[in-house]
Amino acid sequence: MLKSQLIAQSLKLLAACLLLISFAMLSRRRTQRLVILFAWQGAILFLSTCLVAYDAGLTELWYSAALTLVLKVIALPWILHRLIQRLGAQWDTEPIVNIPITMLAGLALVIFAFGLAQPISMLATTITRNTLGIALAVILLSFLMMITRRKAVTQVIGFLAMENGLFFAATSATYGMPMVIELGIALDLLVGVFILGIFFFQIREQFDSLDLHHLEALRED
Amino acid sequence: MNAHLYISGITSSAIAVPALRLLLIVVAFWIVLGLAGLVRPCSLRVVAHLLFPLGAAGCLSVALVAGVFLAANRMSEVMILPLGLPSLPFHLRLDTLSAFFLLLLGIAGTGISTFAAGYFRSGVGTAPALLCLQYHVFLASMAIVILADDAYLFMVAWETMALSSYFLVTSQHRIPEIRRAGFLYLLMAHLGAICILLCFGVMQGGSWQFTFDAMRGASLTPFWASAAFLLALVGFGAKAGLVPMHAWLPEAHPAAPSPVSAMMSGIMLKTAVYGMLRISFDLLHVRFWQWGALMLAMGLFSALYGAIFAAVQTDMKRLLAYSSIENIGIIFTGIGLALLFETCHLPLFAALALSAALIHSLNHSLFKSLLFLATGSVLHATNQRSLGKLGGLIRRMPWVATLALVGTLAIAGLPPLNGFVSEWLLLQSFLFTPQLPHAFLNMLVPLGAAALALIVALSAYVMVKFYGVIFLGQPREASLGHAHDANWLERLGLGWLAFGCIAIGIQPQIVLRAAGAVTGRVLGGAAVSLRSSIWTIVPIAPGQASYSGLILLLGIVGVVGITFVLVRFLAHGRMRRTDPWDCGYPWQTPRMQDTAEGLGQPIRHMFGAFFRMERELPSPSDVNPRYRIHIEDRLWRALYLPMARGVQRLADMAGLLQGGRLAIYLLYSFLTLIVLLVFVL
Repeated sequence: MLKSQLIAQSLKLLAACLLLISFAMLSRRRTQRLVILFAWQGAILFLSTCLVAYDAGLTELWYSAALTLVLKVIALPWILHRLIQRLGAQWDTEPIVNIPITMLAGLALVIFAFGLAQPISMLATTITRNTLGIALAVILLSFLMMITRRKAVTQVIGFLAMENGLFFAATSATYGMPMVIELGIALDLLVGVFILGIFFFQIREQFDSLDLHHLEALRED
Repeated sequence: MNAHLYISGITSSAIAVPALRLLLIVVAFWIVLGLAGLVRPCSLRVVAHLLFPLGAAGCLSVALVAGVFLAANRMSEVMILPLGLPSLPFHLRLDTLSAFFLLLLGIAGTGISTFAAGYFRSGVGTAPALLCLQYHVFLASMAIVILADDAYLFMVAWETMALSSYFLVTSQHRIPEIRRAGFLYLLMAHLGAICILLCFGVMQGGSWQFTFDAMRGASLTPFWASAAFLLALVGFGAKAGLVPMHAWLPEAHPAAPSPVSAMMSGIMLKTAVYGMLRISFDLLHVRFWQWGALMLAMGLFSALYGAIFAAVQTDMKRLLAYSSIENIGIIFTGIGLALLFETCHLPLFAALALSAALIHSLNHSLFKSLLFLATGSVLHATNQRSLGKLGGLIRRMPWVATLALVGTLAIAGLPPLNGFVSEWLLLQSFLFTPQLPHAFLNMLVPLGAAALALIVALSAYVMVKFYGVIFLGQPREASLGHAHDANWLERLGLGWLAFGCIAIGIQPQIVLRAAGAVTGRVLGGAAVSLRSSIWTIVPIAPGQASYSGLILLLGIVGVVGITFVLVRFLAHGRMRRTDPWDCGYPWQTPRMQDTAEGLGQPIRHMFGAFFRMERELPSPSDVNPRYRIHIEDRLWRALYLPMARGVQRLADMAGLLQGGRLAIYLLYSFLTLIVLLVFVL
């Protein structure tokens, strides 16, 4: 009983850290920092998945925890890191909306997400049910980050962070998605990052910059 | 007699060969034929001399199987094909209604395929093998539309039909006008298909079962039943060419190669009639007299519209296309009348009107195919589609001219040919409208009979123009002297259809019995329609009216024979060859003949309100006078162009969403997500 309570408490703690990191990502402008934060997010996800797996005694979740560790803590941050160095895109330019306002909007989103998750967590039976609101908030915050940034690299990080939120939502509402789906998503992410990496080089070659407002010229009139 | 057949049909069905299986084998055979051509895609010889004749044999066997099924009045057969999506197998069903339309498809298809074997020559545009593939897929999909017993298979076949016919229409896709006509056709076909899809969606009635059996069992409120009916009317009306959904017909028919025009006009339009009958008489469990009145009004208007516009056309295939609109109008008039009678509990009269509609469908598929094919032969021989440049072809193309004459007489509704039978039956059923129990209706509907008489007369006028300008008089162009007659395969195809026109005209009892098998089932079994013998057909009572094609034919042959004998042997005694009296004009040039425009002029004058005309009249002192007239459909400007402009405006407004900024696009999905989440909350 005590052990289970301990696990539940630590899960809540980890969830809070996840939310904190999301806000940190919103406030940061250096892309290298963002990659490190993304890696931290993956590490927390790994820990929380391990805890849930231990508590529920599901071997499948152990696998997905291992997958998270390999992919989101090591592989993707490393790829992104190399990419940023090769592209020389350490700094993002001024965001479209300034950072304090973005943070305020993020606050509103968190409240909205918690309100939304309330009736759903009532129905859930897992020990992680209280964290569903946080998972939703992480998704929305990452989305917000994608909207407010100009550089392509930051948007990709936002996209990956959003997937982290989805994964957390899946483990917290139920005990994760079926293994097949999880594997599929993992592969998608990997391939997606590779393709986007190639795109970055192409975009830079075309416009001498990774700023996305150049893409507006592509619109057909 | 029919009741007897009905009972014997039940007993014989137990031992009979399943007709549905035979039909499916033919359908598969068609598809194999179509694919077989691809082995040697550019070889015209294989396609023309082997594949098309084999396809015609397939058509003939469909007609035979369907005919035997109808004659024996068998019970319906059902079958489930394990094809399609995992949990949605294809349901098939053959009953008398589908058998009747398969009979139509088989008979008309035999003639058209035989003709097509001789028609497609040096490949202009699409390769012969592709034409052959699309042609046979088109045939097969029409057969499946008629056999389908669930909405899913019906829609799949319906769309296949639309697509394959689209490719056939645009087989000469290098010409911009043909591409435009094809696009208009595809657009209208899709609008119609959407309406039909929605109609099925309404008819499943909340059960989410899309088999026709489930729809028969569904109970709809009057509102939703009416909605389903109206959707079906718009959807099938767009395919059939009912005014105001007719705009594609006069564009697509001239664009298509002639066998394709014949197939579309002769058979494909009838699949729409079939769909309308299937939905309004079979699938919907309630019917209201307002539906019948609406359909009657639309049918009559279409018929009048088509006849008037046909009279002023100068392109022979456009003329025939408008004539198709007219005939479809007549068929829908019959169905509307049948609905009216049926909802007023007068099943005998309903059976009469429905028989008239069914037989007119069959007749139209015969004579309209015949005429379209004849225009194909003329087109091959002269490279001219404009009536203003033809003339005098009866001397150059005697076979085509003779066979086309049968078609024109039939479509003009002259006895003893088949057109007369159906139009006469329809007029007969109009005569019973005073028995309708609605006060205004029974006074107004007889006016419809008057309108019908006007339409029939106008269509006869149109046919005089069609035949007279193309085949009679003097050639209007010098090049017409090189025109050659059709080859033997073409003659065979035309001859088969002409034979059908004559046979049904003389022995209408056969098709009446077939139609009786349909109406007997559709209208609840009790309504055995017509008492007829080999000699005469009697719609309701012998005292009222009866018609005998055979006696009439014997009368005509007798009178002509006696006159000939009298004139030849008694009056003249010997022959004297001399020039005919030339009315005081010593010479006549082709320019002195009545033109297509001239023949259309009285109609243009009388029904001026229907047209939008632009005329260039030369002044009397002009040395080189040029007379030009351009006639447009008023509905095109009144209905279609505003709709197109509206769609354009909407599209422009939607285009504003596309700002080009990635952040804005992301914001769209973000806001959508938030709104949906709020909605969940």
